[in-house]
Amino acid sequence: MKLIYKKPDTITKRDTTYCPGCPHGIAHRLIAELLEEMNLVKKTVIVWPVGCSVFGYYFIATDAVEAAHGRAAAMATGIKRAHPESFVITYQGDGDLASIGIAEAVHAAARGERISIVYINNGNYGMTGGQMAPTTLIGQVTTTTPYGRKPELNGFPMHVPEMFAALDGPAYIARAALDSPQHIIQAKKFLKKAFTAQANNLGFSLVELISACPTNWKMTPVEAMERIRKEVLPVFPIGEFKVAKGVE
Amino acid sequence: MEKKVIINEERCKSCGLCVSVCPKHVLRISDRINSKGYHPAELFDNEGCISCGFCYLICPDMAIQEVRRPEPVKK
Amino acid sequence: MGEKVLMKGAEAIAEAAIRAGCMAFFGYPITPQNETPEYFSRRMPELGRVFLQAESEVASINMVYGAACTGTRVITTSSSPGISLMQEGFSYIANSNVPCVVVNAMRGGPGLGDIAPAQADYFQATKGGGHGDYHSIVLAPHTIQETVDLMFDAFDLADKYRIMVVMLVDGLMGQMMEPVEFKEWVDVKKFKTPEWATVGQGERDHRNIITSLEILPEGLEKMNLALQEKYKKIKENEVRMEAYKMDDAEYALTAFGTVARIAKTVVQMARKDGIKLGLIRPITVWPFPEKEISGYADKVKFFFDVEMNEGQMLEDVKLAVNGRKPVYYYGRLGGVVPTAEEIYEQFKKHLGGK
Repeated sequence: MKLIYKKPDTITKRDTTYCPGCPHGIAHRLIAELLEEMNLVKKTVIVWPVGCSVFGYYFIATDAVEAAHGRAAAMATGIKRAHPESFVITYQGDGDLASIGIAEAVHAAARGERISIVYINNGNYGMTGGQMAPTTLIGQVTTTTPYGRKPELNGFPMHVPEMFAALDGPAYIARAALDSPQHIIQAKKFLKKAFTAQANNLGFSLVELISACPTNWKMTPVEAMERIRKEVLPVFPIGEFKVAKGVE
Repeated sequence: MEKKVIINEERCKSCGLCVSVCPKHVLRISDRINSKGYHPAELFDNEGCISCGFCYLICPDMAIQEVRRPEPVKK
Repeated sequence: MGEKVLMKGAEAIAEAAIRAGCMAFFGYPITPQNETPEYFSRRMPELGRVFLQAESEVASINMVYGAACTGTRVITTSSSPGISLMQEGFSYIANSNVPCVVVNAMRGGPGLGDIAPAQADYFQATKGGGHGDYHSIVLAPHTIQETVDLMFDAFDLADKYRIMVVMLVDGLMGQMMEPVEFKEWVDVKKFKTPEWATVGQGERDHRNIITSLEILPEGLEKMNLALQEKYKKIKENEVRMEAYKMDDAEYALTAFGTVARIAKTVVQMARKDGIKLGLIRPITVWPFPEKEISGYADKVKFFFDVEMNEGQMLEDVKLAVNGRKPVYYYGRLGGVVPTAEEIYEQFKKHLGGK
């Protein structure tokens, strides 16, 4: 028998704390696979955020630090500046990066920090029970938009890769999705380019991964992935928004 | 024939994603219960499996640990 | 009115604030008080009032500061790590003399800590936390009913003294459910914009500027002395405490909030054993009931302070007792809640002059 796929060793044996069907596990596996393929595992420090993935260090076996809510990009900057040989990744949710952490993320990008941000967008604050996030869609019901998000009260969802691509510091900015095997294969390709941008010292990199939250969306995992295709991707399209030379 | 898909039933949370993406419909949720109380997914038609790996790609719990393809018989 | 409703603490806090005339809420999600912003998000639009989920706690407190400058009754709620982010805002609000209410549902720390109840923000709440010589009035209820009643006082005190009022509760009170009765609704139609508010000069013959900046040191000292005058008035007039079975007490427990509730059981246990134990429960931890506790120092053999922290209110008790009697201490850290039995065991160790 020929081995086609094997769970990476960098994923620990520990059962994840994520809800059934939560795509965090998919993103974790892609990161672990890439770190092994690019021979970066022993150099890597991952900055884990406040959110469901705060315990990510139990699942991906690299050095790790935990950041205060929203501050991962600043902590990553501190690590990378102090110890440039390290390979520094932050793993942040939409509340963590686009709400409380937007200043730190924008400035890390503008400075061209040689860090890679994996930005998980599932349209709500998962850990705390499903409140509105900057990426919540118009009309979407959350626990703090019980009547559906209204632009006149809560403004419009934020498009992070599009905003960041306008800066000069980033070397690679993209958006991918985790809803189907095809999109997952594509997401891994985009993540590889982001990691290459850092490994080749080209600049800041960020990949948004459109993800699901079956529990707070009040759907089955299969329905949640379907919602990504039907409702989320039309607002947050897959694409590469900045690709510097040397990233391919 | 050896199993083409190795599933660690203890990690499975019965999310159903693997079943939903399998193009040959060789996966299903079993009646067994794992120690967490979930019904794990199972490969019930090894012959029909084409080793595409879609189940591995989408499994969020890394319960699907390996996908293998039989070597073609050399003539 | 007169109707008892079974409510979760976090939701009762919101309903009480609404009935007390709170017109605006700005806040951010944080466990263990998410039910509070969620409740506001449902009710405020129904009443034509303001609800906004801010992008962070830093933004929240500055939105509160802005609304406070218009003289509008405004509130934010958070928990320890979020309250830490708001400290700069608290300092600005203090030297701007504008009113607001802040609720801290304390949780275990330091750092990200846990989501279990704790009392480890006492220093932060009563000794400053933000920079400079300032104070906020700090209320420490011990039941959901008391929290609900004090919410009306919180807004009244804030307006009366143009000061921030902190409602210091914890995750346990936020998450548990109790029957509560609400006071009558405050008539918000009677609210008038204060003459000091910045809303546009309008008919006023002068404009209003609200600032905490005074670049000349002698000028800033004057501002500070005015604050100190205000704090002196508050200390003279607004101290509140509960003396539980203290009339004939030979020993005194001191505790606030959730622990005080457990301490009442300890008092009952001791009394059953014939020990004359009582409880002194500060309700305002700022202004602290120094005179009252000092008075009891002549009557009891020792004080036994119990808290869910390393010994914070303990220091204020010791200062009030001023060395005249021993002040012993027992505490649990990191979000662990002590049991009545455990506190009683520790208390008995000090009997017989040990």
